[in-house]
Amino acid sequence: MKTKGTVFKYPDNVDTDVIIPARYLNTADANELAKHCMEDIDTQFVKKVKSGDVMVAGWNFGCGSSREHAPLVIKTCKTGCVIAKSFARIFYRNAINIGLPILECEAAAEEINANDEVSVDFDTGIIENLTTGKTYKAQPFPPFIQNIIEKGGLLASLKENN
Amino acid sequence: MGMTMTQKILAAHAGLDNVTAGQLIKAKLDIVLGNDITTPVAVNEFKKAGFDKVFDKDKVAIVLDHFVPNKDIKAAEQSKQCREFACAHCVSHFYDVGKMGIEHALLPEQGVVTAGDCIIGADSHTCTYGALGAFSTGVGSTDMTAGMATGTAWFKVPSAIKFNLTGKLNENCSGKDVILTIIGMIGVDGALYRSMEFVGDGAHTLSMDDRLCICNMAIEAGAKNGIFPVDDVTRAYLKGRSERTPVEYVADKDAEYEKVIDIDLSKIVPTVSCPHLPENTKPAEVLGDIKVDQVVIGSCTNGRMEDMEAAYKVLKGKKIADGVRCIIIPATMQIMKECVEKGYVTAFIDAGAVVSTPTCGPCLGGYMGILAAGERCIATTNRNFVGRMGHVDSEVYLASPLTAATSALTGYITAPEK
Repeated sequence: MKTKGTVFKYPDNVDTDVIIPARYLNTADANELAKHCMEDIDTQFVKKVKSGDVMVAGWNFGCGSSREHAPLVIKTCKTGCVIAKSFARIFYRNAINIGLPILECEAAAEEINANDEVSVDFDTGIIENLTTGKTYKAQPFPPFIQNIIEKGGLLASLKENN
Repeated sequence: MGMTMTQKILAAHAGLDNVTAGQLIKAKLDIVLGNDITTPVAVNEFKKAGFDKVFDKDKVAIVLDHFVPNKDIKAAEQSKQCREFACAHCVSHFYDVGKMGIEHALLPEQGVVTAGDCIIGADSHTCTYGALGAFSTGVGSTDMTAGMATGTAWFKVPSAIKFNLTGKLNENCSGKDVILTIIGMIGVDGALYRSMEFVGDGAHTLSMDDRLCICNMAIEAGAKNGIFPVDDVTRAYLKGRSERTPVEYVADKDAEYEKVIDIDLSKIVPTVSCPHLPENTKPAEVLGDIKVDQVVIGSCTNGRMEDMEAAYKVLKGKKIADGVRCIIIPATMQIMKECVEKGYVTAFIDAGAVVSTPTCGPCLGGYMGILAAGERCIATTNRNFVGRMGHVDSEVYLASPLTAATSALTGYITAPEK
């Protein structure tokens, strides 16, 4: 699995309340919710994001609520990948469970800038900054998580294993 | 090598003699929880995946609490979807308006969760039940779906940070001041992926409501769970309440901890988290010139009986400052009833506060106390992120019920009297 796109850069501790504010959670419709993705810290994200684009953020991305709507709206906006220095644990788990590709890589998250063009290979964990020419290696997923992602998420993998 | 309390509970539920930090396990679940925001997503996935029944109708809990009584038509549709699913699958722990309360106050109160349990909930504050000596953690809706269908969940066994509590809290402090102080000390990701185990002589001096409050906010330090050892306070609380037999787990003497942090409870002072992260803590007494427009006393963190008593002690016979809106939300119907019977509700109304039916409403900016641009609230809730209680240009300060009620009287953030 690979993605290539433009970078949207965010700071440390991006919480699920800014990824998708609770005031919109009176619906579970992902397309409706996705219209408000990131709007409390970046009103331009939804207008500018293109298929395959990449979010790059600091420590503890996705902290706060357990709402699965958060990785879901990022995925529904066709974001190809989120790279962060670290992820909050429920967000990390939810992203895997719904099939949003994420990678932890401190150096990449530190050095990649907004609007850089990057390509990401999930099988190898290689992140390439096409703007600066620099390459980074993220820790690949452990096999049991690769299995979930390959099967298309937790429920699909459960079905297959049963 | 020995195991922590959390590791022992996980090992037992995975059918293993031993587990170590980092190990991936599949564990049996005692309760799978969802609310009116997360259950509809889980129900859609449940149907999509083709599951036709829940693994055990007595081990699924669905609580309508975030947007009920329904705030609008869409919320009503979500509640209806939860109700229909609960009815179709004969879910015995389904709590609707009239019976409901804020989930993390309600399930311990009703004896649905107990010591030794392994619990997942599609709500991040599910970590609350660690106060009872259970392993309990927040997950997303997909995990809830899988949990409802299979009665199991996968976990990475967490390492732990030990908080060694000594001494006793001062009268003007509570569990909220303890957990805010700890989050201020270690940061919002200070316990990321780990257990927070609260032990020591000081732990035994804390009431059950204080312990529930402390474990509730373990997630605000990034933790997987928070947990207290079972003692006489726990046993007294669970007696006559637990639906299932409590099981007591004790950490091994040689259990490994990543870190040990000593906390002297007698040194804790009334503490406030300033915008926009729970780690931005300051002693309440240094914040005296910060004017507030609204005060919220309630939530899964601080809507329990001791919290209502704290508010009553401060507000009784007094008047809320002009220009301040004070909203008090008992967390369950039983707490609401007790507040009525004890005359607290009358005292709150006489002081100029409003008292609401149980709801998560304002805590997450849902309804029932939304802030306009430029407004500021001191709240006993758990998060002060940007836009959490309303407009992106509003501010939330987190504090204990004593500090919040004291601030309601002055109109400024004010430390409770010593």
